[in-house]
Parts: sequence; C-alpha cells; structure tokens
Amino acid sequence: MSLKKTIAVALFALLPALVSAAGGAYKPVSARVDLSDAASLQRGAKLFVNYCLSCHSAEFMRYGRMGEDLGISEDQVKANLMFASKKIGDTMEVAFARADAQEWFGVVPPDLSVIARARGEDWLYTYLMAFYKDPSRPFGVNNLMFPSVGMPHVFEELQGVQRLKEVAADAHPSSNPLDALELETPGTRSAGQFSKDMRDLVNYLVYLGEPAKLERYGLGVKVILFLLVFLYAARKLKNEYWKDVH
Amino acid sequence: MLNQLIGVRDWVDARFPLTKLWNEHLAEYYAPKNFNFWYYFGALSLVLLVNQLLTGIWLTMHYKPDANLAFASVEYIMRDVPWGYLIRYMHSTGASAFFVVIYLHMFRGLLYGSYKQPRELLWLVGMALYMALMAEAFMGYLLPWGQMSFWGAQVIISLFGALPFGIGEALSLWIRGDYVVSDATLNRFFALHVVALPLVLLGLVAAHLIALHEVGSNNPDGVEIKKNKNEDGIPKDGIPFHPYYTVKDLMGIGVFLIGFAAVVFFAPEFFGWFLERDNFIPADPLKTPEHIVPLWYFTPFYAILRAIPDKLTGVLAMGASIFFLFVLPWLDRHPIKSFRYRSPLFRLLLWVFAVVFVTLGYLGTQPATQVASEIGLRAAELYFMFFLILWLYSDERSAAIHFQTFVVLVIVMLAIDVIRYDEAKSGLIMLSALLPLGYMFVFTLGPVFTRLNESRAVPERVTS
Repeated sequence: MSLKKTIAVALFALLPALVSAAGGAYKPVSARVDLSDAASLQRGAKLFVNYCLSCHSAEFMRYGRMGEDLGISEDQVKANLMFASKKIGDTMEVAFARADAQEWFGVVPPDLSVIARARGEDWLYTYLMAFYKDPSRPFGVNNLMFPSVGMPHVFEELQGVQRLKEVAADAHPSSNPLDALELETPGTRSAGQFSKDMRDLVNYLVYLGEPAKLERYGLGVKVILFLLVFLYAARKLKNEYWKDVH
Repeated sequence: MLNQLIGVRDWVDARFPLTKLWNEHLAEYYAPKNFNFWYYFGALSLVLLVNQLLTGIWLTMHYKPDANLAFASVEYIMRDVPWGYLIRYMHSTGASAFFVVIYLHMFRGLLYGSYKQPRELLWLVGMALYMALMAEAFMGYLLPWGQMSFWGAQVIISLFGALPFGIGEALSLWIRGDYVVSDATLNRFFALHVVALPLVLLGLVAAHLIALHEVGSNNPDGVEIKKNKNEDGIPKDGIPFHPYYTVKDLMGIGVFLIGFAAVVFFAPEFFGWFLERDNFIPADPLKTPEHIVPLWYFTPFYAILRAIPDKLTGVLAMGASIFFLFVLPWLDRHPIKSFRYRSPLFRLLLWVFAVVFVTLGYLGTQPATQVASEIGLRAAELYFMFFLILWLYSDERSAAIHFQTFVVLVIVMLAIDVIRYDEAKSGLIMLSALLPLGYMFVFTLGPVFTRLNESRAVPERVTS
C-alpha cells in the first residue's frame, strides 16, 4: 500500500469520529411518526420515490410488497411510483453505476432499506430539516446533524433556503438544531407543510426499514392473549396436582 | 386399544430401556418439594435450547454464509420469507433470553451452594456449557454481517493476539483464516455455529442432566433430601419430577413465554441491547464504528478487560475472571450450602457480587470515559476479591488470618494504584479507592469485630 493510500485509509477510518465530534452538540428532535396512518405512509412513499430513489436505492424492498402493505393498487403503483422499465416484483434499485455516484458525490449514496433502523427515526427527521446554506460546500449546503454531508439539499424547492442564525456570543446554544436555523428564501411549501412532509417521509422510511412492523404488533397481542389462557390452564393444572403436597 | 398400546410399550421395553429411562429421569426422579422461583431457569434454558435449534434450522434454510450475500439474505428473511421476521426475532431474542436465564440459573447455584460436594462435576459441566454457549453466541453474531458483527469479531479475535511469544498472532490468524475478519471467517463461524457447537451443547446438556440425576437436585435449604428416606427408600421431602415439576414448570414456561413474546413482537431490538443499531449497516472493513460494543452478555468480562490498560494483563484478567467461576467448588468449601443459613456478611457478599457483576456489564456497554474506566477497574477489583472472601469465609479462621488478608489486599490494591498512578487523575484514584477499601474492611475485619459472620443452624428437613 502506498503511503498516500495508507493516509487516505486512515483518514477515512477517522472520519466518523471527526464527524460525531463536530455534530455532537445537537440532539435530534422527535419525529412523532405514526405507522397506523396509511395516508401519511402513502404520501411518504410518493416523496421517497420522487426525491430519494433517483440516487438512493432500497434494494431489499419490492414495489409490489409496498403497494400491498400501503393499500395502493398495482396499477397505481405502476403508474405513479415506478419507472416504466421496472416490474412489480422488482426491488427498488437505482439506475446509475456506483462508480458514477462515487465521482459525483464523493461517496456512494447509501441504500435506504434499513436506514431508519441504523439511524433512528428522530435523527432522520431532524437531519432532513437541518440543511442550511454554506457556500464553502460543493453543493452550497451543509447540515447541522451531519456536518460536511455529501448530499445536496434535494428538498430546497419545497423547503426553501435556510441559513444559520446570527447568535450573540454569550447566548446559550440550544441543543435543538432547528432553533439554530432560519428561513432565508421560502420554498413552495410553508414551514408547517414541509415539516409534515418530512414526517410522512420518515414514517415511510420506518416502514421501509421493517415492513413486518405493520403486522407484528397485532399478531403480538393475539399471541399474548393465547399465552394468558395457556398460563391460566397451566396454573389450574399445577394447583390440582400440588393439592396433596405439604 | 389400551392393551395394544401396552403391547407396543412392552415390545419396545424388551429392546430399549424406554420405561426405565422415563422412570429414572422423570416419573421416579425425586426432586425436593421446596423448589422456589430460582428453580425454573434450568427448564427454561432447555426450552430456549429447543427454540434456538428449531428457529436456527429454519434460518439456515434461507441464510447465505457469504460476505457478499449474508447481509442481504438476512433482510430477505425479514421481508420475503413467510414468517421469516418472526423466526429471526425468536432466534435473536432467544439468544439474549438464553443468557438472562443462564445467568439467573448460575446465580441460583451461588445462592444455594449448588456447586458444593457432591455437585462439583455438575457445576464444571455447567461452566463448560456456559463457555460453549458464549462461543456459540459470539459466532452467531458474526452471521448477519453488519458493522457490529464485523468489528465486534475483529476486536474479540484480536484479543488472542495479545498472547506472547508469537503465539497470539498465529492463533488469531488461525481463528480468522485471514489477516482480517473476512469471508473465510464468516464461513468457518457459520460451520461452527450451526454444526459443531450445537453438537457440543447437546452433548454437554446430556452430561449435565445425567450428572444432576445421579446426585439429585439441591434445594433452597441446601439440605440433602436423600439423607431422609422412608421405608421404601424414597426421600421424605422428595416428590416425583413428573408430574409435579412438569406441571409446575409448564406454568413457569407460560410466564416466561409472555415476557418473551412481548419482546419478540413489541421490542425485538430491545432498545439496542439485543439488536444493535450499527448492525443495520452492512459490514465495512474500511469504516470503524465510533464505539464497538459486544452484546450485553459479554460486557461484564469485556469491562474487566478494558479496565486494565495493558492489553496482555487485561486478557489474562478476563481469563481469570472466568477461571475463578470454574473453581468455585474448591474456593467455597463451607459446609453450609444455602445462603439462608449462612452469615449476614456472607449474604451481603453475594448480593454485592451480583451488583458488581451488573455494574461491570453496564460499564462494558458505555464509552470508556475516564470516570467509567476508573469505576470499571474498582468493580473488577471487587469482582476478584469476592472469590478471596469466599475462601476466607469457608472455614473458621483466626483473627490473625483475617488481619493478614486485609493487609495483603490493601498492599495489592496500593501496588496496582502506584503502578497506574497518573497525576491527572490522582483525585479520582484516591476517591474511588474508598470502594475497595470499604469492601476489604467490612468483609475481612467484620468477622473479627462483630458477630455478623456467624452462621445459623441448618434444619434437618427442608422447610416448605
């Protein structure tokens, strides 16, 4: 390994630590997602397909499964949520090559299938809300939750442009990153609408991370009810047998 | 119909000891009638063993032990395999539940002196089982091939590298089959996890049960029920395992399964304790996670390892922490088995040990800050002192021996503190020294100046 390459690898290995050291001051705010809200999941799916799926894949998720789970008919999925070349049983892959992505963004955009399980819903929501103008960055934006992030602000059209607030030197810094930002140029959505959009999107990402979540809670209640009946019977049986033990 | 069934049984009995085995191990195995809460965990660990074997077999049908396919195949199980998510969560929750149950099972042994004569071998087989279970869990955790799988394995295997004389490096290379954890490692861990270690576990479980049924079960009073038999040779305080304890265990299993199902269905990650967040990121040899944490059931020993700055000493201390558990029957030779009849100081000693063990476990999951490392070292000192005090208490000893033990302990602790002395944290070292000092003072000098180390009379028969 050449010296240059060694240094590059070492720097790369250190990167997460550096990033967290810089971003540690801010805490994520609650995403308040609701998996039982089918309309929110459907809106989230639409945002996901339109804004995320052009660069990020969700290679473990099938279009058909998404339609079934979210109550979207196969025709609607085909018409609105899929590229024409795809089949309903396909997984959500991206068209371009990984090498291209590496060149364009400096990093391959991660697959989003289980991103909600790795990052957590609150972090994702706060991250999506925390882009701000930073001309020193290649795409002109930076992020309070993920300093020097490689991703452009894809929702700029919707949210508008945020900038860092001027803070007095003696002011107590808030741990809520959203308090540190203000809108410079409004987008097509109001602040309230946009935050609702992002909650829908994160709701969808949570579903995407584990589609079984939609069914396991309900099944769990049934299983535990059965076990309670079992326990009652087992207890009766035990008492019956143990009557004569003193 | 009934006659036909009896005919079949007799046919088998003439060729295989079916009725004999049934009677020896269930219907005529006499267990003490006074088992309490702590006696459910043996049966529960059997339930979990079966759960792990069955869910494991079904996972193996869909899982791919290949560094390029493993992560995706787990997600395939989670999404595309019918009931796959349930099978996987039962397996992952089952692994953690297994350790919960085993730790409680082992602590029961401590409470009631179940490792003492004539059950030393039973304890040793149990400890071997515990070792095999740790190996099984460690290798299983590599299989999802996430970041924590990868880096956890990397760190733990590199511990072997600390051994001197070139053995360490060769050994860790031999375990990995490569210079880093890689596809070769994944394949061999898969083989060991699904074939070799389950065979070892099953064999040891059989040995554990045979040994248990040979000597008979201990009980919360620590009284040998075989010493009080009636005219038919049946222990007066014994009841047949079947049906009495089969139905009682069925009840315990019911309670356990409710808790188990609650985790499987409502919190399978268990807030990051059973499934770690970073393990949802595919293994990446170029990106080290911020802090690498083994799963919770290894963390008490991991904390002991980390508490010591020198790697080789740390590894040896970790080895010693497990070694002392093995030799428990020969350290604690006090004739009274159950903590019920032993001294107040002994009972305090046991519960402090439990608290120390849990504290170590918690610290092992936390980032090694200065304060956490310091408390970790002190907790490790308390962990090891427990075994010395067990030895000290296992006989009537003179005041001089108690004083000598106290002095030796103080000297050893001071020597450790001098070696590791650091100007920057002198205050912390001195403050935290109060912990082991207080412990030594209470447990070595307490018996000299108070009557708190006097045992109580053990009853002839078990109390109900």
